[in-house]
This record gives sequence, C-alpha cells and structure tokens, in this order.
Amino acid sequence: MKMNNRLKIGIVILTIMVLGSFLLPLFHDADPTKQGTFPKNLPPSLAHVLGTNSLGQDLFWWLVYAVRNSLILGVSVSIFTTLIAGTVGLTAGYIGGGSDRVIMTLTDVIIAIPVFPILIVLATLVRGQTSFLIVSVILIFFGWAWGARRVRSMALSLREREFINVAKFSGSTTLKIVFREVFPYVFAFMVVDFINAILWVINTEAALAVIGLSNVEIPTLGSIVFWALNYNALFIGQYMWIVAPVVATVVLFLGLFLTSTGYNQMYATRRGHS
Amino acid sequence: MALFQYIVGRFVSYFVVLFIGLTITFFLPRLMPSDPIEQYIFELQSQAGQTMSPDEMANLRETLSQIYGLDGSLVSQYLGYLERVILHFDFGPSFASFPAPVIGFIVRALPWTLGLLVTTTLIAWTIGNLIGLRAGYHHNSRAATVMEVVGVALYPIPYYIVALVLIMVFGYLLSIFPLTTTIRPGPLTFAKMRVILYNSVLPALSIIVVGLGWNILSMKALSFAHKEEGYVTFARLKGTPSRTIMNSYVGRNSLLPQITGLTLSLGAIFSGALLIEILFSYPGMGLLMRTAASSGDYNMLYGTILVTIFAVATATLVLDLIYPVFDPRIRYR
Repeated sequence: MKMNNRLKIGIVILTIMVLGSFLLPLFHDADPTKQGTFPKNLPPSLAHVLGTNSLGQDLFWWLVYAVRNSLILGVSVSIFTTLIAGTVGLTAGYIGGGSDRVIMTLTDVIIAIPVFPILIVLATLVRGQTSFLIVSVILIFFGWAWGARRVRSMALSLREREFINVAKFSGSTTLKIVFREVFPYVFAFMVVDFINAILWVINTEAALAVIGLSNVEIPTLGSIVFWALNYNALFIGQYMWIVAPVVATVVLFLGLFLTSTGYNQMYATRRGHS
Repeated sequence: MALFQYIVGRFVSYFVVLFIGLTITFFLPRLMPSDPIEQYIFELQSQAGQTMSPDEMANLRETLSQIYGLDGSLVSQYLGYLERVILHFDFGPSFASFPAPVIGFIVRALPWTLGLLVTTTLIAWTIGNLIGLRAGYHHNSRAATVMEVVGVALYPIPYYIVALVLIMVFGYLLSIFPLTTTIRPGPLTFAKMRVILYNSVLPALSIIVVGLGWNILSMKALSFAHKEEGYVTFARLKGTPSRTIMNSYVGRNSLLPQITGLTLSLGAIFSGALLIEILFSYPGMGLLMRTAASSGDYNMLYGTILVTIFAVATATLVLDLIYPVFDPRIRYR
C-alpha cells in the first residue's frame, strides 16, 4: 500500500496539530481564558508569539486550547455518529427489506432538515448554559445520516457479490457474514466518513459559537472568533485576533480533508488492483 | 407508470419531512427544562423593576399560555398547533414586537434569503460544473491540476471563515464593500436595486466561494470516471469531435449525480446562508432567527424554523420533480 501525496500532507498537518495542541498545554498550566493576565494589545513578540488581545489574554495559548477542545469535541461526537452510521447502514443495506425502506426514509428526512436553525432554538432554550453535552447530542442525532447512506449503498452492492454467496452456502450466519465479509469492505468508507464527520462537527460548533450561541467561555475555534468580533478586533486594528484563528482553522480543515480524500484514493487504487 | 410511482414517492417523503419538522418544533421546546412563560414573566419583572401581585401573575400566565398555545392537554395542544400552522400559516404574535404576527416578519424576510440563496447556488453550481467538467476531461493538463488544487483548498473551508476573510480584505483593507447591510425601506426603484446589489456582493461571494469547491471536485471526479467508459472510447474512434464528446457524452452523464448532490446538500447550503446573513446583518431569515434568539421571541423562532424546513423541503421536491427531465431512465422505464 503506497501513500499518495494528499494523504502524506494531510497526516503531517494533523500530526503537528494534534501533538501541538495536546502536548503544549502540559508546559503551560495557566488558564488561557483568564482576563487581564498580561498587558492588553501587545504586538507579537518572543514572550507572546501571537501577541495579546484586548482582554489581556495570550492569543497563542488561547489558540492552542481552542484547537485541542475543538478536536476533542469533533472526535468524540464523530465516534458515535460513525458507529451509528455503520450499524444502521449495514442493517439497511445487507439485511434490506422493510428495515431498508424505513431507514432510508428516515435518513432522507434527517438530511433534508437544516441542522443549524434547530441548534439555534436549542441554544436559546438553554440560554446561557449551553453545555457541550447538549450540542454533542444534537450533532450526533443529525450527524449519522450521511454516513449511513453511504455504508448502505456499499453494503447493497456487496450483497450480490460471489464471495458473499460462497459464505452463505458454507453455512455462515448473517451476523458472521456482515462482520467477517461485508464489514472489512465498508471499513475504509467508514474511516473517510469518520474524518468528514470531525470536520462537520468542528465546523457546526464553531458556527454556533461565532454568533455566541455555544458555550463561548470554553476556548474553541469558534469562540475565539466570537470574542474577537465582540470586541471589534478588526475595527481597532487587532488583526492577529482574527487572522490567527482563521489560519489555524483553514490549516486544520485542510489537514482533515486531505487525509480523508487521500485515504479514500489509496483504498480505491488498492481495490482496483486486488 | 415508473414516472408516476417516482412522483408519488417524492410527494410522500415531502410530507413526511414536513410532518417531522412540525413535530420536532412542537416537542423540542416542551422537552426542555426551561419554561418560556416563566422566563418571559421574569424578564418583564426585571425590566419593570417591580413585582406583580399573585392574582395579576396568574392572569398573565393564563393569557400567555393561550397565546403560546400551551393550554389544554398535550394532544389537544398538538392538534391545535397543526391546525393553526398548516391551515392558517399562523405562528402567533411576535413577543418582541407584540402584537404584530410572526408571519408578517417572515413574509418580509423570506424574499431576501431566497434571492440570495437561489442566485448564489445557481452561480456556484453552474461555474463549478463547467470548471469541473473541463478539469476532469483534460485531467492531464496543467490547468486541471490548478483547478483541482483550488477545489481542494476551497472545499473544506467553513462559511464563516470565508465571510471573515472577505470582510477583512474588502471591508477593512480595501474598503470597497460595506461591512454590514444597510438598505433603507422604500419603493423598489432603480437606485435602490443598485444599493441592494452593492450590499449583497460580499454575502453572495461567501456562499459562492464555498459552493464552488464542492462542485469543482465532485464534477471533476465524475467526468474523469465517465471519460474512461466504453461508449466514450467508441465515440472517439467513430470520429466524434472532442468538444461534442465532452459536452454531450461526458458532461451530460456527469450532470445527473450533480443534480442529486445539489438536492441532498440544500439543507446544508441553507444553514450556511443563515449564518452568512447573521454575520453580514443581511435582512433575511437568518438575522430574524438570531434577533428572535437573543430577545427570547419563541413564536418568531419556531415560525422561522418551520418556514426554513418548509423552504428546504419544497426546493428539494421541486428539484426531484424536475429530475426526470434530465434522466430519461426514469421517464421510460
């Protein structure tokens, strides 16, 4: 199995982001959200790599914690959505019949409902105390449908293949066939969907935070932008406050996207040759 | 007969989506621990700076639960809600600007959102497909590689990031376009249309830029795959001009999954447009939702969300109904 360039670049970016955001906080135990820790509006220097903002917080450390928290949220929600997508998709696609029709209608409905407005309502209802738990539950509820669709169509095409028939005639149970024969094929798709789900989760939480409807006290890639907009960072010439999270978000998302498409490509070529 | 079955199927799923949307917006607030009426009374009291007598309080609570449709059993509330919303498009009065009905605000905001959304989606879809088709068909050329890099760089970038960058560059650094939308009410004259256009450039550009990435990448992959098919090789050996092969053979066939893709991503595009509206203070549904959220105007909030779900479902239905025009396999099965 040869890695392509996309996958290589993607993995390098992700490794740097993950190691950086998880290891660096070990050397810095101060709370980055504490206001007035440092003088306000300092330009970038050796002591403050990205400078400080109008609240007297060090931007670099804010960003490090933001990337870490966004990643934690993204990965933990995506684990659930991917598991649900896999189970539901395999059930619908391989077992089929009535369960397939019901599940497909359900996924189509969930895909057709725009998530963002629903999140706005929820955030308003629990005003001021939007916890990550509530946001996560909603994201899980709406996040599995895309993956399930893809796994289902994959399982559907596998059902007709020769080796499945061989397994069936040699007396394997349905459960065994699904896990031993179908699952390995679907697995690569699920990895891709897992990474795409991380992207979607981080993005949706950030979008909610930017307009102040997530928990903006916790540093995430969205809440840092919320505070910058709230303090008119651009108007007072504090460009670093906006530019830094924008660059970090773009790099992280590119890393995730390159990894998912690169991995997909690698598996596509391998399947083609086997 | 196949066509008939297809159309009936689409209508069924359309009504299922609407029904589930209605049900979610009914039960969601009722499952939440916070009580909007208590919250509203609390806010009134803190604004007025004085407390009410228990009698007045009970009166107020009763009136409010009538207006909110919160009196009676859960089942009768639900039926009443369905009847009001489906038959009369009645979402109740707005609380922030009592007693103006919510529907009036929505009717004024909806054209802005739809105008912005339809224009940008059409532009992004058309340009993205034209570029993607060329990049996939001439996949070895340098221009194709450049376009693919552009697609990869644009696709994963969230709406709010694009909006921030555009605001920063065109609003602050170059000062060409306005930071927020300011459109005075008045009759639609030629001058006003220019103001609208001028104010819509940045929000529109944000949505187009994000949409382009997906369309380029997906169209490129599709047309590259179709190019390797037997019927394309046959056409080439037959001496069909390369342009005709690209447009009528590869392009025509790659278009179908692109229409399906557009249909499926309408919900996501709509969500993005709402966010863009909030960031640019564009007077559409998104801004209405945001102001309703910050003023605790629940009727307005549920009204806007229902209409959003309704709009997305209807747009999906319309696209699904047009689909057989492009796909003869559904027409003549």
